[in-house]
Amino acid sequence: MKEQEEINDNGRRGFIKNVAIATVATAACGSLSCSCSSKKEVVVSGSKIKLLSPDGEIVEIDSVYLNHHENMAVLSQHEQRVGMAGKKFVMVVDLSRCKNARKCVTACQKHHYRPEETEWLTVKLMKDSDKAAPYWFPKQCFHCDNPPCVKVCPVDATFKRDDGLVLIDNDRCIGCKFCMAACPYSTRVFNWDEPDMPFDIRDLKYNAETGVPAKVGTVEKCDFCPDRSREGLLPPCVEACPNGVFYFGDENEDTVSNGDETLSFSQLIKDRAAYRYQEDLGTKPRVYYLPPKDRQFPVERGYENLPDKLKERFKDIMEPKS
Amino acid sequence: MELNKFQQELFEKQRPVIEKFGKKTWGWTIFFLLWILVGWYALYLQIAKGHSVTGMRDNVVWGLYIANFIFFIGISYAGAVISGILHILKVEWRKPIIRIAEIITVISTIIGPIYILLCVGRLDRLHHLFLYPRLQSPITWDVFAIATYFTGSVIFLYLALIKDFAIYRDAKLNIPKWKQKAYKILALGYRGTHGQKRHIKISTNLMAIVIVPLAIIVHSVLSWIFGMTLRPGWHSTIFGPYFVLAAIYSGTGVLIIAMWVYRKMYKLDSLLTDKHFIYLGYIMMALGAGYGYFTFSEYLTDWFSSEKWNSEVIEKLFNPAKYGWWFLFANVAGITLPIFIVAFPKTRKPNWIALASFFMVIALWVKRYLIIVPTLESPLLPMQDTRIEYVKYSATWVEWALTFAGIATFFLFFTLLSKFITIIPISEFGETEKAKIPAVEMDHKNEIVPA
Repeated sequence: MKEQEEINDNGRRGFIKNVAIATVATAACGSLSCSCSSKKEVVVSGSKIKLLSPDGEIVEIDSVYLNHHENMAVLSQHEQRVGMAGKKFVMVVDLSRCKNARKCVTACQKHHYRPEETEWLTVKLMKDSDKAAPYWFPKQCFHCDNPPCVKVCPVDATFKRDDGLVLIDNDRCIGCKFCMAACPYSTRVFNWDEPDMPFDIRDLKYNAETGVPAKVGTVEKCDFCPDRSREGLLPPCVEACPNGVFYFGDENEDTVSNGDETLSFSQLIKDRAAYRYQEDLGTKPRVYYLPPKDRQFPVERGYENLPDKLKERFKDIMEPKS
Repeated sequence: MELNKFQQELFEKQRPVIEKFGKKTWGWTIFFLLWILVGWYALYLQIAKGHSVTGMRDNVVWGLYIANFIFFIGISYAGAVISGILHILKVEWRKPIIRIAEIITVISTIIGPIYILLCVGRLDRLHHLFLYPRLQSPITWDVFAIATYFTGSVIFLYLALIKDFAIYRDAKLNIPKWKQKAYKILALGYRGTHGQKRHIKISTNLMAIVIVPLAIIVHSVLSWIFGMTLRPGWHSTIFGPYFVLAAIYSGTGVLIIAMWVYRKMYKLDSLLTDKHFIYLGYIMMALGAGYGYFTFSEYLTDWFSSEKWNSEVIEKLFNPAKYGWWFLFANVAGITLPIFIVAFPKTRKPNWIALASFFMVIALWVKRYLIIVPTLESPLLPMQDTRIEYVKYSATWVEWALTFAGIATFFLFFTLLSKFITIIPISEFGETEKAKIPAVEMDHKNEIVPA
């Protein structure tokens, strides 16, 4: 009996030892392969490109040193979640300039292949109190630093990146809509039906940075167009606005631009007394609003020429039944 | 298995129910199956055409399905608390009703989560909940909580059933072979030995003690799916206790209704006595008072303060043109009616109490709807949407069909289960050897004399 137990003991010990060795070996191999597949060496290609330097001189450099913009669809899931190093995107919206031209809305829909009814960016008509003057209030996603939507996602489909963006992985999303219930700014929209995508877009691999193609049964929202930022361009809403309402930029660099002006972010929000919408909710939005003081246009300008369907939205405020 | 005289009579009375599957049972089964079939068609439409066949849209993202989910998990508290607490307190008169209570729990805990599945946009990705769970999310807490709760309830029900399975196994019933074999397997070789009895007694006590805090945690977690959001009408600290109390309350109501139905159907007046209805009625009254107090506190506080945060939701609930009448019904039928019916001796009778329970259960369903929908219809930012279905939620026939299909499933499971196990547990009533619990006596009115 005792011998039997001894044999069994050795068997157990031996087994545990083998498992431990196997685990360590696997981990070592895994970390080795990880480090092997890291940074690639830059190999000079030989073909030269002529460029104009900021000083006005013509310089020639090898084409391999230019920023090659990856085909967006090739971004791995991991890269989509990590974000752009060193950046911290921020937006400033100048409410004194908005006249509800809605060019931003259509530009956003066009860039993301979304129909007219899907508004990731909406323009609301806000009236803070009875005697206060109404003002046009364009609202994207605030990409909060303390996002209530990210907190509640059960599968980590919506995530906050180091570059400040809150994105949605629509290959992960299960469509429980908890994030929609949790967002106090009504920013998110849902694909209740099979979305109508152009046929060449429909079969693309989904990319969280473009939000394309749309997937049925998932949630979507404004993403601050990181695909444009990777190319050094401004989001379509910023560029399309005829009045330069949106300033988009990098808090780390302390610059924001609306396509025409490039300003210091900290100076702008200090000089113009910027605020964040519903600051006391503690979500720490990354969108700052400049108060609608010294307006460029009277508020009626944004209402008079609207199609009837859109006028209906604001009738209560613009034509109150006294 | 040896049965004492009382157990013999009890068994003989219920024997025909588990032996026969008569015409009446077939009739009910087919009736429920028809409702379920309509539900399946509605589900097919929802999957094939997309969720736009429901009434849910971007503002009211949760509607009838989530109300049903909360409702069913709520009524599942019949077993958890009534069975559990009455067991811990060693209350004699609980014996005939514990099985009904536990069956309600197990069946509701199956049906409730199905409604979440109906609400979810991507059923093909449910495994993501287990592959990529995010521990900070109240939904993840919910998945774990309900899974644990369901397991616990099934164990609790099964432990109480083992002795009965042994009785059915040994009773030489006139049943098909598969049923006899099922009883044999499920009885786990129980022979009534001293050791086995001890094991079951200890396990049952342990489960009863565990299931009470588990039940409290489950419904609190459920309430925090709402309570942890930044929405008026949801972001209230009272939600945890409020939901738990409402759950126990509605569970008691469903238990009373189930008791009443079985009493009528199988003429069990001597077992499900007037006293049972009265005692459960007292429990219902006490819980109703507590629930009423919480409701009053919640809405008085919201209504009294000047903050704009709550004003839109409160206005919707008190405005007769909006949800005012529903709110009134939910509170009158849900709180005042049951309390008054039980308070007055004249109406403290089984039929009245069952009627009050029936309206109370419906009122509590309406209340769950009123918690979910008006809040979602009152976002902080003005909606400014011209599409009426985005502004005001109205459930479509698909959602109603699936609601009734769920209720029909509930009744169907009950019907089928009552053909497999006796509704009144037999083994509970007295042991044949030196019993700490004496064999139950019947008085001249053929009622159980409480020990």
